[in-house]
Amino acid sequence: MKAEETTTMATPQAEKMDRTGSGAAGTIRRLLRMRETGLILIILVLFIAMSFASPYFLTWNNMRAMAMAFAVEGIVVVGMTILLISGGIDLSVGSVTALAMVIAGLLFLNGVDPWIASAMAIAACTAIGAGMGFFVTRVGLHHFIVSLAVMVIARGLCLLGTGGRPIGLYTLPPEFKFIGQGSIGVIPVVIVIFVVVVLVFDFLLRRTTMFRKVFYTGSNEKAAAYSGIRTKKVVFLTTTLCSGLCGVAGIIYMARFGSAQPTFGIGMELNVIAAAVIGGASLSGGTGTILGAILGTILLSVVSSSLALLDVSVYWQDIIRGSILLSAVTIDHYINKRRG
Amino acid sequence: MSTVDRDDPILKITKLTKSFGPIKALRGVDFELRRGEIHALAGENGAGKSTLMNIVDGILKPDSGEIRLDGVPINITSPAMAQKLGIGFVHQEIALCPDITVAENIFMGVTNTSRSPLMDYRALERRAGEILHRLGDINPAALVGTLPISQQQLVEIAKALTLDCRVLILDEPTAALTERESRVLFDIMRKLAAQGISIIYISHRMVEIFENCHRVTVLRDGQYITTMNVAETTPGDVVRAMVGRVIDSLYPPKLTAEEQSDEIILDVRGLTERSRFSDVSFSLRRGEILGLAGLIGAGRSEIVKGLCRLEGEVSGEVTLHGRRLRLRHYADSIAAGIVYLSEDRKGDGLFLDMSIASNVSALKLEQVARGGGIIDERAEADQAETLGARLNLKYGHVGQQVSSLSGGNQQKVAIAKMLSVNPKVIFLDEPTRGVDVGAKAEIHRILRDLARTGVGIVVISSELPELIGVCDRVLVVREGRLAGEVTGEAMTEDRIMYLASVGNERRLAS
Repeated sequence: MKAEETTTMATPQAEKMDRTGSGAAGTIRRLLRMRETGLILIILVLFIAMSFASPYFLTWNNMRAMAMAFAVEGIVVVGMTILLISGGIDLSVGSVTALAMVIAGLLFLNGVDPWIASAMAIAACTAIGAGMGFFVTRVGLHHFIVSLAVMVIARGLCLLGTGGRPIGLYTLPPEFKFIGQGSIGVIPVVIVIFVVVVLVFDFLLRRTTMFRKVFYTGSNEKAAAYSGIRTKKVVFLTTTLCSGLCGVAGIIYMARFGSAQPTFGIGMELNVIAAAVIGGASLSGGTGTILGAILGTILLSVVSSSLALLDVSVYWQDIIRGSILLSAVTIDHYINKRRG
Repeated sequence: MSTVDRDDPILKITKLTKSFGPIKALRGVDFELRRGEIHALAGENGAGKSTLMNIVDGILKPDSGEIRLDGVPINITSPAMAQKLGIGFVHQEIALCPDITVAENIFMGVTNTSRSPLMDYRALERRAGEILHRLGDINPAALVGTLPISQQQLVEIAKALTLDCRVLILDEPTAALTERESRVLFDIMRKLAAQGISIIYISHRMVEIFENCHRVTVLRDGQYITTMNVAETTPGDVVRAMVGRVIDSLYPPKLTAEEQSDEIILDVRGLTERSRFSDVSFSLRRGEILGLAGLIGAGRSEIVKGLCRLEGEVSGEVTLHGRRLRLRHYADSIAAGIVYLSEDRKGDGLFLDMSIASNVSALKLEQVARGGGIIDERAEADQAETLGARLNLKYGHVGQQVSSLSGGNQQKVAIAKMLSVNPKVIFLDEPTRGVDVGAKAEIHRILRDLARTGVGIVVISSELPELIGVCDRVLVVREGRLAGEVTGEAMTEDRIMYLASVGNERRLAS
């Protein structure tokens, strides 16, 4: 009842607000209203505060370590954000990422060329995504349940394939390890890959007809179907894409660690979903940006790194991360409510 | 008790004001409700009707002003308190739990009827039965989700009546009902009024107000305009008070004899979908607006959705401008130039949380994209602006969320979405539902203009006056089949209702 009232009343207000929204001043005002601007400001404040609090914070090594920490996970965040926008969710990202490592690692140990092994592992992850997409769109199950099952199954496969122990891949050729450990100039390759993935998908998502359909589908699946959009196909593809990107991330991790870790990525899904949601993605679909999600990832990563530098117990870190998520979503809720 | 005069107000509101930030929603509104009267509250969307009623129901707090119940000034702070005072509010949107029984829904507010910690279902059902008995034939043990909308509405009313309700507020209760279901509702309203319950009836529909209400109060822009005895006024006067200007004619002129054409735009033969409709054949001529009438559940929407391949496995021939179409998916239909405007604008017509521009472009994104499927935002904005201007859409800028627009303007965005593909035929399902009088007339004018330029227009409506006022020809659907056709002088409510509910031409003749 209350919501109904705010909707009616917000009409003239919203119109007024938006009428001032044209022109240069309006552009700035709109920019200020954007979620991304707020996140950048918070990150900046954190940076400034931390550079006073710890002499190690604003060093090249620390920056580099922080960037390395979020870059690979950032690729998964991209996939998750797109999936969330389409109205889905994937809890299996952590185990599927680990599975990519394990598949590629085992194939390599059995004499397969590392590049071909990686391609096969990514293909396998993509196939897992397609399988989940099948269960969601054809069978009609919920993303949450399907991906929960796959999360457990994929983890089981990792442990089964490796006997639960990490596999050392000491003989990986240096040109392969270069992906995870090398640098172009002073910039680590991992970060280059991350930036390319982010820029490409940010552009695709904002500007292409193909990805606009993802927004339509997530915003209102029925209205999308009533606009001639094959919504099941869209959801199938976003589900597949997310797992495919997990595969890519898994391979980069493998090149970075020089090993395949069957227990890697436990709890990753929560971090990834939290980052996307802090960045403005909604669990009910239809909203979200790559830039926002990446800023969410950076924020979480900066916080973790800061807490470590400040010698705060690891146990506190989870509590603080959870609180950040809760406050981000709460603030968002009130802003949306005010806008009607 | 005998001193209580029928003209003595049970509810008296004076100089009520309410602001939301800078917006003045109510500017000193007066309202007076007598015992046992059915009092219509009329006004365009945004006039302040809902705000006023939400204050009476304790959902909102007024800034100033006074509410007297039985002559005693009261301060209603919550819906629960309003209920205790005997004020029941049936909202426009049905808010029942579909998976539990009618009886449980009715007593949701007072779950425990026996003071025992356990639910006494039998007592619950018996008590629900007593209340439902006043309203019609509804099984208290049925699951709410299995009932038709019209009966769910009655359950809502029953729920309001449980608490010795003396003032019953009904917010556009007939929006989702057919004519016949509405009539049942009106009978019930009259019965309740005769029992001494005072009813505030919010509605846009003049016919309903004039057939069922004793008095009508009109609000406009948050101001009290007038209260009139229905018997002493005309629909024209009420509409004039509502819009504050003279609407010369509610409906645009129809096709003249000279304008009539034999050119067939769309020809449909033997359209059939196993269980829902069969052997539907009709043709649509250039320039005309064709209406589809029928009771809810008769299959009007199903036929049209089937034709557009929005749902169902449909067989039959569809010929557009002499070309036989092969449609498999709604996308094919859009490509051919046949589009469908949904009856449920919020549910499946629009992307409410997205911008006007991206709503308008949704049917055929390629139109605003360069090679390689890259959206040209300028072109997309231009498209929305051009169509917005053509439809006289009121908005700030095209990047604005559709949810921030009023109902009438949202509907115009939905229509702009259809027009974006330069359609050859548009099927409009309840195109003016929940739209205020001014916007309604505008939508009708737009449809007529489109028909004049050669676009085929088919309108489905449950409002018979609308069909009769707008259409040149009306097809009547009954139980999934075409029961007949009416044109010209024969286009009367009686005739259409007869075909919709009783039988076909032949049976009528015999």
